[in-house]
Amino acid sequence: MTNLLAGSLLVIALLIVWRRELRAIVVLLGVQGAVLAALPIAYGAASGEPELIAVGAAMLVLRAWLLPAILARVVAADRAARRETAPLVGTAGSLLACAVLIVLAFAVSRPVIELRPDDAAVRAVPAAVAVLLIAVFTMAARRQALSQAVGFLMLDNAITAAAFLLAGGIPLIVELGASLDVLFAMLVLGVLATRMRRVFGDTDLHRLQELRD
Amino acid sequence: MDALVLLAPLAPAAAAVLAAATGWRRVSALGTAVAALAIGISGAVLAPAVAGGPRYALGGLLRADSLSAMLLIVIGAVGALASFAGVNYLDAQIAAGRTGPRRARLYGTLVPGFLSAMVVAVLAANIGVMWAAVEATTVITAFLVGHRGQRSALAAAWKYVVICSVGIALALLGTVLLYFAAEQAGVPPGQALDLDTLLAHAGGLDPAVTRLAAGLLLIGYGAKAGLVPFHTWLADAHSQAPSPVSALMSGVLLAVGFSALLRLAPVLAPAAGAGYLRTGLLVLGLATVAVAALLLTVQADLKRMLAYSSMENMGLIAIAASVGSRLAVAALLLHVLAHGLGKTVLFLAAGTLQESHESTAISAIRAVLARSRLIGISFAVGIAVVVAVPPFAMFASEVAIARSLADARLGWVLAVAGVFVLIAFAALVSRTVGMLLGAPDAGAPAIAVPRSVAVVLVVGVLACLALGVTAGPLAGVIEQAAALVGGS
Repeated sequence: MTNLLAGSLLVIALLIVWRRELRAIVVLLGVQGAVLAALPIAYGAASGEPELIAVGAAMLVLRAWLLPAILARVVAADRAARRETAPLVGTAGSLLACAVLIVLAFAVSRPVIELRPDDAAVRAVPAAVAVLLIAVFTMAARRQALSQAVGFLMLDNAITAAAFLLAGGIPLIVELGASLDVLFAMLVLGVLATRMRRVFGDTDLHRLQELRD
Repeated sequence: MDALVLLAPLAPAAAAVLAAATGWRRVSALGTAVAALAIGISGAVLAPAVAGGPRYALGGLLRADSLSAMLLIVIGAVGALASFAGVNYLDAQIAAGRTGPRRARLYGTLVPGFLSAMVVAVLAANIGVMWAAVEATTVITAFLVGHRGQRSALAAAWKYVVICSVGIALALLGTVLLYFAAEQAGVPPGQALDLDTLLAHAGGLDPAVTRLAAGLLLIGYGAKAGLVPFHTWLADAHSQAPSPVSALMSGVLLAVGFSALLRLAPVLAPAAGAGYLRTGLLVLGLATVAVAALLLTVQADLKRMLAYSSMENMGLIAIAASVGSRLAVAALLLHVLAHGLGKTVLFLAAGTLQESHESTAISAIRAVLARSRLIGISFAVGIAVVVAVPPFAMFASEVAIARSLADARLGWVLAVAGVFVLIAFAALVSRTVGMLLGAPDAGAPAIAVPRSVAVVLVVGVLACLALGVTAGPLAGVIEQAAALVGGS
């Protein structure tokens, strides 16, 4: 079950790299959030811990609905940004890079697995690390400001997944603080993207590089 | 006494609520300065009280030790200067039509909120809470960076949030890995992020996982401290923010970001190996000093120049931390305070020049001394502070860092860093001389100094001089804090 969910997270990340339509990407992010929320819910149901199910429900609201909805609103308001037309790395190149990143993820996660080799959840950690690396890559390889916001959200999903796989979730107060930070960061990015569009007419980051040395 | 631990974050939070409720008024603006003073005072009073051991508040969530006390003093000193200068600075902006009441209210609310988040970051007993507070500083300051609202400010704010959030996300993964390692070492899950518990179990953590965590924490918190490779946001954000905010970001926020690494070093070092952490800090520090010095030589913008000077100093601080001896850490803390005060003076003087010239191009600014004695002298003093000219305190701290490098048989580091420090020195001094000296053109604009900025410049210069003469009662807290981080 854990492996299936972690694998799905990775597949969705690859789909996000493959698609260029921002609206489709935002939907995919919502699905990824839902899969992520299924992790604590599945754990909680298996071990009979109601708190875990509650955490999962809160994550479902935040990551499958609220955060994608913030992004979707900004995307809907911005005609020019609906499609990533000229990313710095093309689709084929990006998918190739992802393959390399997945191998890398397995390599760097080795010490973690060696520490607890008979735990199925810990063995699924490389998938979360791979999603993290792919997210960073997406942020670097795309030009639209909103694609970077997508990458940031995916990065955060990956880290939350890693936290669950490694330790069954971090203490509640940290989880709460981290979730609030992400929520506010997305709100800030949403407002900034809207303002940037009003001032520049678009959100292509390569056209707003007047700050240089 | 424990109420003081609580006062430090609550005072600025109350000021934020006041500003949100009343808008930009004299009372709310002064409230922030008073709250900042309260932070500094609570740090000063806590310093002797925590010499024997940490004190706790809020059911153990907040924890004050000598390092937190020292950082509270820095936050309080720079915060009080910057927010008091902000009183008339923002009035002048409103009078010039650059800012409206809504934006002024936002500014008045976010600045104390920012102070509060930094205080929580240095007082957190739980490294997860510390992480959340550091990330909160990014979110809170985003709108302050973009406050002026034009193209460049918005682009800088975007870059700032994206790069710092990604960097700090890596630090969260590092924190999670540390949690995992602690759980494996037999620490009960509820306490596996508590600093005291982690310190007690530091030797039992799995070395390989701890190394992975240390790498992520180093790069993640390094991003907030302006270290290579995630440094690219720094000059943009620090140059686009309103000047009092630039002073806060350059003067304290970088140091608060770095202090997370100082906190974590004793947790990570036993398992990861002291050499591992040392090498990481050394490489990042040297690379940062080099990049900053080289960018200083091609700098044509006044505020970016100051930002790169901050980056250079953060690199030196990382190098000092890599040595990790008591002397090096004590020097590092003195360096942080002296740099914070000097940079505040510099950014406020630069902000005044920016407003009167409506530009930050170094080539547009000439003969400042002849046109405004106050701005000219305070800028000259500020530069003298940050390039470590005696009698200012950064001379003492840099000499101490150099000595600790020699003691640690890292002479080659001393040589390499010394070359770049000299390059930075030359670049800063030559540009400053060009701006300050000379006879004014007929058409040069008058330099108008808002009154509270003038007061802060005078107080700031006096504070820099005083700190240069003697660290006074601060010597005790600096030594105790150094003993917490540094081994021998």
